[in-house]
Amino acid sequence: MGILEVKNVGKRFGGLQALSDVNLSVQENTVHAIIGPNGAGKSTLLNCFVGKLIPDTGSVMFNGQSVLGLKPHQINQMGISRVFQTPEIFGDLTVMENVMISCFAKRDGSFRLHPFETVAHEVDIVDKAEQMLIDVNMADKRHMQASSLSRGDKRRLEMAMCLSQDPKLLLLDEPTAGMARADTNNTIDLLKEIREKRDITMAIIEHDMHVVFSLADRITVLAQGTPLVEDVPEKIKGHPKVKEAYLGETGVTQAA
Amino acid sequence: MDAIILQLLNGLDKGSAYALIALGLTLIFGTLGVVNFAHGALFMIGAFCAVTLQKIMGLSFEQVDPTKTDFLGKPLVVKVPYVESWFGADFGAWLINWQVPLSILLAIPVMLIVGFVMERGLIKHFYKRPHADQILVTFGLAIVLQELVKYFFGANPIQTGAPSQFSGSMDFGVLLGFDPMAIMYPYWRLVYFLFAAVVIFGVFAFLQFTTFGMVVRAGMADRETVGLLGINIDRRFTLMFGLAAAVAGVAGVMYTPILAPNYHMGMDFLVLSFVVVVVGGMGSLPGAVAAGFLLGILQSFASMNEIKSLIPGIDQVIIYLVAILILLTRPRGLLGRAGVMEE
Amino acid sequence: MKMLGLSNKDTTFLLIVVGLTLLTPFLLQPFPVASGGNMFNAGYPDLMQRFAIFGIFAIGFNILFGLTGYLSFGHAAFLGVGSYSVVWMYKLLGYNVVPGLILAIIVSALFALLIGYISLRRSGIYFSILTLAFAQMMYNLAYSVLTPLTNGETGLQVYSNDPQVLRGPEHLDAPHFFNLFKMTDSTKLTLGGWEFTLSAGYYFTAVIAIIAFYISLRIFRSPFGLMLRAIKTNQTRLNYTGINTRPYTLAAFVISGMYAGLAGGLLAAMDPLAGAERMQWTASGEVVLMVILGGAGTLMGPVLGAGFIKYFENIFSKINDGVLHQWFAWMPDGLENVIITISHFFVGKSWHLTLGLLFMLVVIFLPGGLVEGGQRIAARFRGRKAKDDATHAAKTQPSAAE
Repeated sequence: MGILEVKNVGKRFGGLQALSDVNLSVQENTVHAIIGPNGAGKSTLLNCFVGKLIPDTGSVMFNGQSVLGLKPHQINQMGISRVFQTPEIFGDLTVMENVMISCFAKRDGSFRLHPFETVAHEVDIVDKAEQMLIDVNMADKRHMQASSLSRGDKRRLEMAMCLSQDPKLLLLDEPTAGMARADTNNTIDLLKEIREKRDITMAIIEHDMHVVFSLADRITVLAQGTPLVEDVPEKIKGHPKVKEAYLGETGVTQAA
Repeated sequence: MDAIILQLLNGLDKGSAYALIALGLTLIFGTLGVVNFAHGALFMIGAFCAVTLQKIMGLSFEQVDPTKTDFLGKPLVVKVPYVESWFGADFGAWLINWQVPLSILLAIPVMLIVGFVMERGLIKHFYKRPHADQILVTFGLAIVLQELVKYFFGANPIQTGAPSQFSGSMDFGVLLGFDPMAIMYPYWRLVYFLFAAVVIFGVFAFLQFTTFGMVVRAGMADRETVGLLGINIDRRFTLMFGLAAAVAGVAGVMYTPILAPNYHMGMDFLVLSFVVVVVGGMGSLPGAVAAGFLLGILQSFASMNEIKSLIPGIDQVIIYLVAILILLTRPRGLLGRAGVMEE
Repeated sequence: MKMLGLSNKDTTFLLIVVGLTLLTPFLLQPFPVASGGNMFNAGYPDLMQRFAIFGIFAIGFNILFGLTGYLSFGHAAFLGVGSYSVVWMYKLLGYNVVPGLILAIIVSALFALLIGYISLRRSGIYFSILTLAFAQMMYNLAYSVLTPLTNGETGLQVYSNDPQVLRGPEHLDAPHFFNLFKMTDSTKLTLGGWEFTLSAGYYFTAVIAIIAFYISLRIFRSPFGLMLRAIKTNQTRLNYTGINTRPYTLAAFVISGMYAGLAGGLLAAMDPLAGAERMQWTASGEVVLMVILGGAGTLMGPVLGAGFIKYFENIFSKINDGVLHQWFAWMPDGLENVIITISHFFVGKSWHLTLGLLFMLVVIFLPGGLVEGGQRIAARFRGRKAKDDATHAAKTQPSAAE
């Protein structure tokens, strides 16, 4: 039984069958990548995990509980954190405040009225956030305004915010999309480091084969809204069906 | 039944005014992304164009009329408007009689200039600024314009009459087979409605069938792409602003026989027009027109005695109540697009 | 020097605010009474009370708008509700202001809860229009069918046949505080050519304003305040971080509604009269302007904005022909007349023009409001190079004035 169990999920937008009959099982403490050409339905599938979309058919179970119909904040409180394609951070706040908000959400739940406490006096939160920033090598930037960070650092910060919640499952939506090669490699290193340091389950949606093969334990290939094949990376590399699906796609050249 | 038709008709002219102002507001918002709180002031300036023309027409000199005598038997001193002495008594009198429609000829160039100056001088610098800033700066401008008008024209409403041919009421009921006098509808209100219909139709045709309009509509849908095509979208948008100002202006001109212009009429209409725009859906032209008429007519129905006695106070709140209900059931208004003004 | 759960910096800041507030009757009276400058003195009770009351209104509005970015165009409704509550307590119980103020806060909180619950289902301009619609409905109803509650256009006031059940013969016959002092009590202090008015009403509102400011300061520094600021910058991220934003915005809305109700109540405490015009959208617009003018999201901004607008409203509207002639008497006649004619545009009955121009100038040249302007000037004095540096520094490190 995986930590995330997806059964027979289907989703239709008007005349387009975006997902059909998707079955997927993400095992605990593994990195599971979901790849596929553009329009394969990767993002739609991810949005079904986090409460942004509700599938027409099928079920999505997390730790034995259905997530369907729950709001994004409820799903997060269950232990799923999400990294976005373009980093979503609190641009007007400082780096430190960004991470502290995550820590508060983890400790206090989705709502707590605490107008007469003082942020600076919340020693456990401050310590945890500081430690997290040290872990991702951003301690020296803690007082910077988040919107003034470089793109790579924004990604790092977003990662730190997610990790500070000790998620049971970390969802990454094309974490290297639009990045230069150097930044991509940095991100891969960061993710590898995270894997080594803590027990974490990750599900990565990715287009870039280089990233996928550097990180994943298992790979599901999605094409036209349905899983084509699921296997370990070595098997996926030479799989004829995968080649067929990717024919003419940039992914092949990057994978080679 | 006749009462219902009467209220429907009564709603039309107010609805026309809402629709015309809302049309310009939503056009400016859709093209420039600017929330223009000075739009009501443009309506007001238009109305005062009519007042200005009335003052010019009314300029007169005194002359002894030997043919008439006052009650003491002395020759009467009469005021003769300059226009009558310049263009002859008949044509002069015709000019004075038709001064409100004629004011449109004055209002269009004035409003275009006001619009261009506003856009180039002020609004242009606020494209990228937050909506709150846009609201504040245009609100400030609206206050300034309103105070200037108050300074020159005074605080009291100024009566301006419709041409005498339209001053009466028409017995609309007879046309529909009701009793005489059942549905009396002032001619000018009918004129206003027809005028509004022509202007609205004209704006839509302009946007639909000209290249210029096509570019503007494309710009409303996706400004960046149109910019990338090498089309100078800014200059067209400036023209759009002038056009929106002119629409508000002529709406104001023609409204003067219905409501005597005062300096704060712009603000009064602005709030309701904003409600209209939002109910119609920000950036949706058909939405603005539909919502304008819808709210105008509903307001007029709610002020029927039968309905007022059924639900006390409904006439005071109907517009807002409907606005709330629509916004709660249709998050983006009647015909709005997703993602507009929600950041 | 740590006090009341505040950091050193904030304690100093609060003490400065307290000091300035208590010394206001002196600070706003810098000119001798006989001098031409007396015109610009603002140290009289009526005006100072309005500074404090609208300061409270703006501080509360800032908790909603400044922190969360939700722009309400209907907060004047709560102002009106507060005023009506207080006058009703006068009518039913007696002239002690305390029961009325408590009721004002409770009733406005209930209204805010209802209006906020519905309006906060939408964001952006849709939220603004919803709040505007609610406020306009209340305003229109107050004038029409609710006349038994509001006394319509005449305004709600105390009549001699009102029950006033708690009022004994020993009680004062005007708004008072537990029979200790009347709001209108005042003492005149004459020092040389200067004259200062120490008014019970002002100090009463001032103490409440200081408490209101302190609460706002605590909210700014609290995890709650942090969440509110996060809502303004990125609601999506906040949702995906496990935070349910709706109760936070609703709490901010209700708190700001209570501030508005309190301010409205205080208006009626100073002058036992409540009218529907207090609920009109222009009054809602005024508080928006105060906050933006001062600097939205800053602690001092709303207070400065409120003071600024109320001061100009008073002073500029007071300047009339006589005053102008007196000022420009030294000029040659022709020039004097020209100057006076031009001045007419800006003062007396036309002072709104000046106000409109000020809004425009502030928005164009000082997007962050007066507080940012002050910070820029301060930064220049400290010899920092570019103004960009200053604004940047002001944003990254929370300074006292923030």
